[in-house]
Amino acid sequence: MGRTLSEKVWDEHVVRRSDGEPDLLFVDLHLIHEVTSPQAFDGLRLAGRRVRRPDLTLATEDHNVPTLDVDKPIADPVSRTQVETLRRNCEEFGIRLHPLGDADQGIVHVVGPQLGLTQPGTTVVCGDSHTSTHGAFGALAFGIGTSELEHVLATQTLPQSRPKTMAVTVDGTLPEGVTAKDLVLTLIAKVGTGGGQGHVVEYRGEAIRGLSMEARMTLCNMSIEWGAKAGMVAPDDVTFDYLRGRPHAPSGSEWDAAVEYWRSLVTDNDATFDREVVLDGSAMTPFVTWGTNPGQGVPLGGAVPDPGDFGDEGDRIAADKALAYMGLSAGTPMRDIAIDTVFVGSCTNGRLEDLRAAAQVIKGRTVAESTRMLVVPGSARVRLQAEDEGLDVIFKEAGAEWRGAGCSMCLGMNPDQLAPGERSASTSNRNFEGRQGKGGRTHLVSPLVAAATAVTGRLASPADL
Amino acid sequence: MEKFSVHTGRAIPLRRSSVDTDQIIPSEYLKRVTRTGFEDGLFAAWRADPEFPLNREEYADGTVLIAGPDFGIGSSREHAVWALQDYGFRVVVSSRFGDIFRGNAGKTGLLAAKVEQDVVERLWSLVESDPAVEVTVDVEAREVRAGDFTAGFDIDDYTRWRLLEGLDDIGITLSHEADITAYESSRNSLKPRTLPARSA
Repeated sequence: MGRTLSEKVWDEHVVRRSDGEPDLLFVDLHLIHEVTSPQAFDGLRLAGRRVRRPDLTLATEDHNVPTLDVDKPIADPVSRTQVETLRRNCEEFGIRLHPLGDADQGIVHVVGPQLGLTQPGTTVVCGDSHTSTHGAFGALAFGIGTSELEHVLATQTLPQSRPKTMAVTVDGTLPEGVTAKDLVLTLIAKVGTGGGQGHVVEYRGEAIRGLSMEARMTLCNMSIEWGAKAGMVAPDDVTFDYLRGRPHAPSGSEWDAAVEYWRSLVTDNDATFDREVVLDGSAMTPFVTWGTNPGQGVPLGGAVPDPGDFGDEGDRIAADKALAYMGLSAGTPMRDIAIDTVFVGSCTNGRLEDLRAAAQVIKGRTVAESTRMLVVPGSARVRLQAEDEGLDVIFKEAGAEWRGAGCSMCLGMNPDQLAPGERSASTSNRNFEGRQGKGGRTHLVSPLVAAATAVTGRLASPADL
Repeated sequence: MEKFSVHTGRAIPLRRSSVDTDQIIPSEYLKRVTRTGFEDGLFAAWRADPEFPLNREEYADGTVLIAGPDFGIGSSREHAVWALQDYGFRVVVSSRFGDIFRGNAGKTGLLAAKVEQDVVERLWSLVESDPAVEVTVDVEAREVRAGDFTAGFDIDDYTRWRLLEGLDDIGITLSHEADITAYESSRNSLKPRTLPARSA
């Protein structure tokens, strides 16, 4: 019987298989950042272990780093200690690090792909749940905890139970103004935050094939938000065109051999999935969240739902609590919701295409008086590229703040945070309570909706301008 | 990891679904570089409410958390498991767990016991009507027991074995080092390497 894409990648990485035990998988690329790694390095030191494959490991500083005054020492002493700890650990164990100030510094899930390190058919892990991003290349990529991180450092492998497989097939083409972000928010609202648990998902169908590489990363990035172990897209010419010429992509005759191998990474016609979800991409519209998990969303043209309309008691209680936290009343049209802060950035939507999309909307317009707009490139390289294209000037002329690279307001570990009660339209991935700052209220949106919202001061799409 | 075979203790009901790891421990507590002392961050925002179960006197000694479905979704932060353990929890019972959280729990000896939702409902009402009721979680028998009530829970064989034996994963894997070396020697040479570093 044929195999799915994820089964092919899985099988290729099995180091050891034994009845009653998880498979031992080889890890091709281990990405590291400052927050989840210090205790793992301590564990290695305590046990007298080394890093087995520094040549398959890459570190960058992203979660804690400030996006202002990036040439000065980090002001928060606790954050500074954590970043300095990463620097010391990388030096001690011989790991390549892109520190603050380096042209390749940035969010770990932006840096790996832009260096060409994320490639089809690889296994990629990182102590960060949004590692699912890398699945956009046909890699098997998933987030791990600190104990697993230590395990990978010491052995370059991970014991993993074989997950189930799922296909998400999106037919049709996405209408103008509808992005990968809207697609994935639509999907999560349908299947719920636990809908993908235990499954590796392959995104397929005409709408997926039509997505750019960066849009595919947005989609796969949010696989974890509906509980999937990993999300993947089969590599194709879009993937190969993106990779060609990148620093760590194969070159010369190796390139041709790699492409030949990559082309084999597709689900066989006679393969079967354990589950399948089918969506119609052509019926999708801009989609935004109203609640406190990514599954609590509606079309931008819709209204805040009435918790009483939910059939399931658990959903009803959750919706009640979410509305209380968000300060919203049932029936309020989403377009009437006033926004204090617009955040464009994160590993979900902090890439060059995202910044271009937002800039195109805001060009020649101004950010509403009652609203502030933060634009945070996903990496220092993205920032440089955007500046080459003059995007920084467009944002600054509109009244937005143009910042340095990092995770920033996506999770508020640096000074970029919401104040209690402050409401954001954010291109990031999580609208959990307090995620962007204690008491902060988050609406997840696409870069297009973010930019239009900045102009009107209320949730809006470019078509509303 | 300490061996875990049976645990008996009082329980705390948490009637919330989709409890994400940002709620279990907010990101401001993740800046530490140490491995212990995370109890102050556990449910930090919710603990501001005096009625939050962890603040109520009758649940003061709880070591078993009975939570709604989809507990531990979201961020991969193992700090969520550490915070629960540092606070004194040995077991979390729920009908569904976030995959990464459940994996992290299994690595550090916090038991994530997966049961049917009606079992959660039954335990909630038992504990709420008598907070002093002792709940026993038996890894050997894969059972959760409270008073006359007994129900099975799901745990994969491998995690169960590791908990019962208190085994260190890395040690197990390193005993198969020859397999890793053999894999490395026949691995596809086209795969990327981070070193030597190349830049655009």
